[in-house]
Amino acid sequence: MSNGSTKIMVALAGQPNSGKSTIFNMLTGARQHVANYPGVTVEKKTGSFRLKEDRIEIIDLPGTHSLTSYTQEERIARDFLLNERPAVVVDVVDASNLERNLYLTFQLAEMGIPLIVNLNMTDVAEKRGLKIDSEKLSREIGAPVVSTVGNRSRGKDELKKAIEMTLKNGQVTPFRIDYGEAMEPALSLLEKHLSGDPDLSERYPLRWLAIKLMENDPEAQKLIRECSKNGDELLKLVKEERNAFVNDQKTSSQKVIAVARHRTAEGIVETSVTCEKKTGKTLTDKIDQAACNRYLGPVILAATIYLMYELAIVQGYKITEYTWPLLAGFRDIVASLLPSEGFIFDPFFRSMPIWVIDGTIAVLNYVPIFLILFALIAILEDTGYMARMAFILDRIFRHFGLHGQSILPMVLGGLFVGGCAIPGVMACRAMKDEKARMATIMIVPLMNCLAKIPFYVLLIGIFFAGCKGVAMFFISTITIIIALGVAKGLSLTVLRSRPNAPFVMEMPPYHMPTFQGIMRRSLERTWLFIKKIITIVIVVSAIVYLLIYFPGISEKRNAYYSDRADQIQKEFFKETGANNPYADLLAGDNLSKFAGYWMDYKKAKMGAGKKDAKEAIDKKFRERNFAFFKIVKKGKYEVDGEIIKDKHAMKTYKAYKKLDKERNGLRRERREETIISSFMGRAGRFLEPVTRWAGFNWRVNIALISSFAAKENSVATLGGIYQSSQEDKEETLEQRIKKKETSWTALHALAIVLFMAMYPPCIATLLMVRVETGSTKWMLFAAFYPIVLGFIISIFVFTGGNLLGLSGFQVMILFYLLAIVFLVSMGLIKKESE
Amino acid sequence: MTLDEIKQDQECEVVDINFEGMVGQRLLDMGFIPGTRIKVVRNAPLVDPVEFLMKGYHISLRHSEAKLVEVTLL
Repeated sequence: MSNGSTKIMVALAGQPNSGKSTIFNMLTGARQHVANYPGVTVEKKTGSFRLKEDRIEIIDLPGTHSLTSYTQEERIARDFLLNERPAVVVDVVDASNLERNLYLTFQLAEMGIPLIVNLNMTDVAEKRGLKIDSEKLSREIGAPVVSTVGNRSRGKDELKKAIEMTLKNGQVTPFRIDYGEAMEPALSLLEKHLSGDPDLSERYPLRWLAIKLMENDPEAQKLIRECSKNGDELLKLVKEERNAFVNDQKTSSQKVIAVARHRTAEGIVETSVTCEKKTGKTLTDKIDQAACNRYLGPVILAATIYLMYELAIVQGYKITEYTWPLLAGFRDIVASLLPSEGFIFDPFFRSMPIWVIDGTIAVLNYVPIFLILFALIAILEDTGYMARMAFILDRIFRHFGLHGQSILPMVLGGLFVGGCAIPGVMACRAMKDEKARMATIMIVPLMNCLAKIPFYVLLIGIFFAGCKGVAMFFISTITIIIALGVAKGLSLTVLRSRPNAPFVMEMPPYHMPTFQGIMRRSLERTWLFIKKIITIVIVVSAIVYLLIYFPGISEKRNAYYSDRADQIQKEFFKETGANNPYADLLAGDNLSKFAGYWMDYKKAKMGAGKKDAKEAIDKKFRERNFAFFKIVKKGKYEVDGEIIKDKHAMKTYKAYKKLDKERNGLRRERREETIISSFMGRAGRFLEPVTRWAGFNWRVNIALISSFAAKENSVATLGGIYQSSQEDKEETLEQRIKKKETSWTALHALAIVLFMAMYPPCIATLLMVRVETGSTKWMLFAAFYPIVLGFIISIFVFTGGNLLGLSGFQVMILFYLLAIVFLVSMGLIKKESE
Repeated sequence: MTLDEIKQDQECEVVDINFEGMVGQRLLDMGFIPGTRIKVVRNAPLVDPVEFLMKGYHISLRHSEAKLVEVTLL
């Protein structure tokens, strides 16, 4: 904290695509902080820099074309200026698009806060042959004008200087638009009446308020009603004035005000800008000829989306192969600090922390994917291609209550089998249409995320072995079909009252993004994700663990397992034979010590590749414990260049190998019993009478319930439940499931796969939904509607298929056709407003 | 005639805006006021939306929105 110096607030305003964020970065450097505006999901960026004695705090307002109260961004920008009263507003203006940008400048000036006009991207304007006389411009607007090139940090000192001067002098000549002889008298009259109320006149710029009231702005009316004692009277007067105006002029007041602003802008541009050359086709025009072409456009779009998917999901996943060992190493370090492993079960304070760490690193493992993904999204946004994507796809998505911009979140979520819902939900932030944004957030989790894939592969491998390709195609497309139908359903029902923003979208010129800008955004968003998610993932996975661990097995069963453990240990010592020196060595605590050594050795050997690597491992373990080493080498080792064959060690090795197998079997058996008798297991059994209609038995129920923490668990839990018994330990999980569920048919598998496809989002995704919707209710909705939907679909498929006597494959085809019919009819339902 | 009826590469001038509420205000804010000259640049691959060029910048509207803008062909 700076000692004794004051903090001064400066707001940064501007239209979208004016390069506002480059100015923000230029002024603040690394001193930035990202949060959300209270109650909404719009990003609030703040930063600061030092100006002589003072610390200047910069607030980056959302980019807006105007300051009405129709969109969330405009309301936020406006309320900030109105309520926080920053000392200065810097209006970032695209110099190559001065006329349109001035439209906002005037409205900022009307708010009565000292204004600086920052002509940005002057290099682009110059290239187009535009010459702007900034002195003339400054005189016309009555505010200092500073030229900058934000992405090259040109004009930084001048801008800071202007801020300093404006702070010192305040506004010299406040700018005023002449709204014409019909409007001005009404404005003066309103202003006079408003000034009679000190509650208003002390807090708000009155001419601005008068203009907003004539514009019939609902927020301004609300403000009057709430702040003024005689608000009703004032609003009555406003209504009279507006009606009189409309009757008199035969046009609406909004139109007259907007036209006056545009005309004033035209006038100012005419006097202060000269255009030296007539520009022909710009580079943007040329690119768009291909990128928005009827035939080539969709191809380029598909290629772009595919490239994003390939780079982020496929290549990103490969990077995780390198980062995973780091996370696993961290896990091992923590594990080594915890109480050590027991013979047939681990103490709670070992198993619980390990479970929680596993759950956490499973999420952290995706960080490389996020970094790449967020960088790519930033590139799409900065280059201007995002607007083209929306342009090309809007027609399709609109029919389902979505927006052209919905494509990106859906791709990230796993449109082509294998994505992640978390970045998918985060990518919805860029969408302006509130209704479509909410609908997209709700359906992104229905896409096929990476964690669902192993589950599909497992079940398809067992039950659709003859037609794997068709089945995989079915899964990857049925989810899109259902998701689009759901989106339409939601927008017709629960989202009905949400505001639908107009499509009206600027297609900005293409623009080369800067490397720094992209990296900064990618790191920022990834960090935001880590900060928000991790602590909660830890808490929730701990709770889930308690649910599958407690209340635990009965005393009697516990004693039973202890007996069996004693038994197999006794057997072990019997088999090592009398007079075996290694038997004494392994007595008591040393047995579990050896168990650790044995496991480490196996693990090390499994990871080792070449001969030298293996030798190095041998050397390391020999040094660690020579006696143990003799056993794991089956009694064959070297001493002083001489090969020794140790019969006792060999015998111990054999006996221990048997013990190890039996011990593992026992551990699994006990763990299975613990899960079955746990709270979660009871729930699985309790639900069986109902879930039977969908073809799920209690084992499947448990697997499904426990995969809620993260879907990665589903296969692991199934693995845990379908333990191999001792005779058939070499069998794969597929074979074990087949063996245990002899009555299962492809129909069972189809029902389960469809339920998994609809499976509720994992906890990390739900938290992201909470962040992006700003509401716990919506988070809960996102968690529960897929369960209901998935269950209905599964019952429909399973019970329906059984009644008709169809095979799983036939039902799959039939269901697919029905889903398409459903989708098309959903698409044809018109909204009431159209 | 209205803006949604204008074909690719044709130019027109805004006569008036038929508006109520949000879409109309947004069109006004973006500069759709009487006298503004608009050129139809292209339709999206699926015909809707449409891209326009006006006052040196590009903007796209859905047909349902373009319908609110009354124009005359130039």
